[in-house]
Amino acid sequence: MARTADVTVIGAGLVGAATAVGLAEAGLSVDLYDAEFPGSGSTGAAMGHLITMDDTPAQLALTAYSCQRWRVLAPSLPEACEIDYCGTLWLASHPEELVGVRDRITAFAAHGVRAEVMEERRVREQEPNVCPGLAGAFWVPDDGVCYPPAVARALVDRAAALGAAVHSGERVTAIAPHEIHLANGSRRPAGAIVVAAGVHSPELIPGLPVVPRKGHLVITDRQPGLVRSQLIEFGYLHSAHALGSASVACNIQPRRTGQLLIGSSRELVGFDGRINRVLLNAMLERAAKFVPAVNSTRVLRTWTGFRPATPDKLPLIGRWPSLPDLWIATGHEGLGITLAPGTADLIVAGITGRPAPIDPSPYAPDRTMPTMTTAVA
Amino acid sequence: MRRVRHADVVVIGAGPAGLAAASAAAERGRSVLLVDQGLRPGGQIWRHRDEQALPSAARRLMARARNAGVKLVSGCRLVDAGSPNELVIDFRGRIDRHQTDAVIIATGARERFIPFPGWTLPGVTGIGGLQALLKGGLPVADTRIVLAGSGPLLLSVAAAVAQAGGRVQLVGEQAGAAALRRFAIRVLRDPAKLRQAISYRWACRSAPFRTDTWAVRAHGDGRLQSVEVSERGHLRSIRCDWLGIGSGLVPNTDLGQLLQCQVEHGAIAVDALQATSVAGVWAVGECTGVKGDEAATIEGEIAGRAAAGDAAGAGSTALQAARDSGRRFGRLLEETFAPRPEVLALATPDTILCRCEDVPMRSVDPGWTPRQAKLWARVGMGVCQGAVCGPSCTALFGWSANTVRPPLGNPSCGEWKSGLDSAD
Amino acid sequence: MSLGVTLIVDGVPRRADANATLAASLLAAGITAFRRDLGGHPRAPLCGMGTCFECRVTVDGVADVRACLEPVRDGMRIETGK
Repeated sequence: MARTADVTVIGAGLVGAATAVGLAEAGLSVDLYDAEFPGSGSTGAAMGHLITMDDTPAQLALTAYSCQRWRVLAPSLPEACEIDYCGTLWLASHPEELVGVRDRITAFAAHGVRAEVMEERRVREQEPNVCPGLAGAFWVPDDGVCYPPAVARALVDRAAALGAAVHSGERVTAIAPHEIHLANGSRRPAGAIVVAAGVHSPELIPGLPVVPRKGHLVITDRQPGLVRSQLIEFGYLHSAHALGSASVACNIQPRRTGQLLIGSSRELVGFDGRINRVLLNAMLERAAKFVPAVNSTRVLRTWTGFRPATPDKLPLIGRWPSLPDLWIATGHEGLGITLAPGTADLIVAGITGRPAPIDPSPYAPDRTMPTMTTAVA
Repeated sequence: MRRVRHADVVVIGAGPAGLAAASAAAERGRSVLLVDQGLRPGGQIWRHRDEQALPSAARRLMARARNAGVKLVSGCRLVDAGSPNELVIDFRGRIDRHQTDAVIIATGARERFIPFPGWTLPGVTGIGGLQALLKGGLPVADTRIVLAGSGPLLLSVAAAVAQAGGRVQLVGEQAGAAALRRFAIRVLRDPAKLRQAISYRWACRSAPFRTDTWAVRAHGDGRLQSVEVSERGHLRSIRCDWLGIGSGLVPNTDLGQLLQCQVEHGAIAVDALQATSVAGVWAVGECTGVKGDEAATIEGEIAGRAAAGDAAGAGSTALQAARDSGRRFGRLLEETFAPRPEVLALATPDTILCRCEDVPMRSVDPGWTPRQAKLWARVGMGVCQGAVCGPSCTALFGWSANTVRPPLGNPSCGEWKSGLDSAD
Repeated sequence: MSLGVTLIVDGVPRRADANATLAASLLAAGITAFRRDLGGHPRAPLCGMGTCFECRVTVDGVADVRACLEPVRDGMRIETGK
């Protein structure tokens, strides 16, 4: 008779993979399931930001902590993970976008994250291809980028080396008390269950406040040096906030390959993955507004992906009351890559009863939240 | 500013199938735009610099398209399509949006390459690739040439190279003698194909033709210098300047995939009137399965009539019988020239599989899915979008075709963007 | 062959047939490294028909142009081996 693992993790995206590693490192036996293969879902479609964000104090606390954890993790990951600490340059079109930035610098500093205001002349020195006439920028040098599916693969390999049983291509269709049901009709006993199935988590836990928030990405051919840091317009924050309506913002990443990865768009259209060419055009216009040379880069392809969004833009990390020993690790919206190691630590702390590295209560899945008002087509 | 134009029928690809389709539709009163990537019409098979040098069938078909009022645009390509009714076309750097009621896909085929050591060396080209370069003006007089691959293209290219003064050292056909005999018997029943085969063999009569023969390794320092071939079980090295390789042809399905057409066994699926699974979209010729120019012309005729609303004409008994015969020949081609196991085993762990991203064989697990190989090892992630390594992986690992993600080709972001904005 | 146009290939003037494709003209001029792979090894045309992108060169400052699809023009400036 097969052993029942201490913990069954459902979903081997970056969040599930990091959680499986953390649990295995804590000495627990782990079963890790993925419907397709590690990194195949939102992780495989993601940009791969390692970014500190401060919409709310809770978001700042978790992104700052998780970025620290990335710093520790990065040297041990293979070259293919393409981790580059290129920094984030938040581009301000208007002076008012920089109002209050001193407070943000102070808040970042309280979490050990360096940040500074950069005047336009220095922005142009660092990024000669950025358009002239900006009001300045907010520079966060410790941010970075990675190649998410390679990280998921490496972490799953690490979990396996620590004894985790990896079930790739096995879709979990339902969960029951101490049991999971697979697409092939079989049932497997489970100890604790961690649902890290991203946008598909509500299929396992009806009523979980997570909806797919679609995004488009465009990758260009190799054009090394065109852009050096991650370039995001301040308007991105407004784009990320308005949950109901479709929006775009300039978000350009330099990749290790010399390619540019261009985002971003946000829409709520269910799981319709088709390309919305009107929105895509607006997104590329936005990128070209800030970096006109984008127009001359050659485009290789575009694709869409789905972010697991919650009504209050904070992830769902912790115990869920519908079943005994059921844990949730999803709802990271566009920050799943950044937040994976921090999320893993909170889940491991919860399951093992060890002290949590930061206060987990803001992320408790059963917290009070506004209702999800969506325009799902 | 981008312009929005209209044509009743847009045909993509001006090879035999596309020319026939465009002509048939235009003769039935439709306005027809024929978009072709090449510098001149004719596709790969009728690639030319001087129209007078073409076979009479080609000249007749080109004259027919002209007389029917087909609007041919050369050096142009389809970049994107939001729907089959909205095509974004790059007219040599100017992007226009074309609205249309009917699309006929006639995008032809490309060569299938099975990786082997040294195949990325300059001087190693496709068999058809060498032919294309030759027709594009490459001088081959007094150069030494080895052709080693599979399929009828071998002989026709050997003939063309020999006529241009190239010294063909060897024509190696990987298929076995028995399989080739069965194929020859079928060709014997077709006077036109037989005449063609005889003329090709006559043109390259001084070159040895060997069955059960393939390239094992290409050698050279920065450029091809010699090739090691396995000739009926014996290895030998041949000094050469050009090595033409290729294991048959595979359909170009990318436009069909972009328009959401069903693809089966690597070809765009069509019904008896060449209609795809998507309303308003037809596909003709090699992109629906490789079967040669005569059959492609028949399919083009059928689809051109059907797209112009002449279903009765498209379904005519004579056309349908010719179509069926062409499809049978296509299946025979596929069986006869399928890559053999020894050829599929040539690559070493260091051999490059994906040429765009320099991915060696050792980075790939045959048990993966194509998407897994893409995300984990960058296979097919490069600028050719898996056009080269996709068919290699299908042959080597049994993987399904790559997904197609817009845009097609590699337009600049500015060009593509200008075709995306709203039509109003 | 009519040598009708002059191309500037990596700074060097080369005569070329006015009817030829750029790929054929560059090969005729002895160019083997149309581009270089990530390891610096030379690459040259494979498919000859616009599919493989191995023949891409810089034409009049525009990067990644497929030489096999490009007609030659008098005075065209080409950079190879990138």
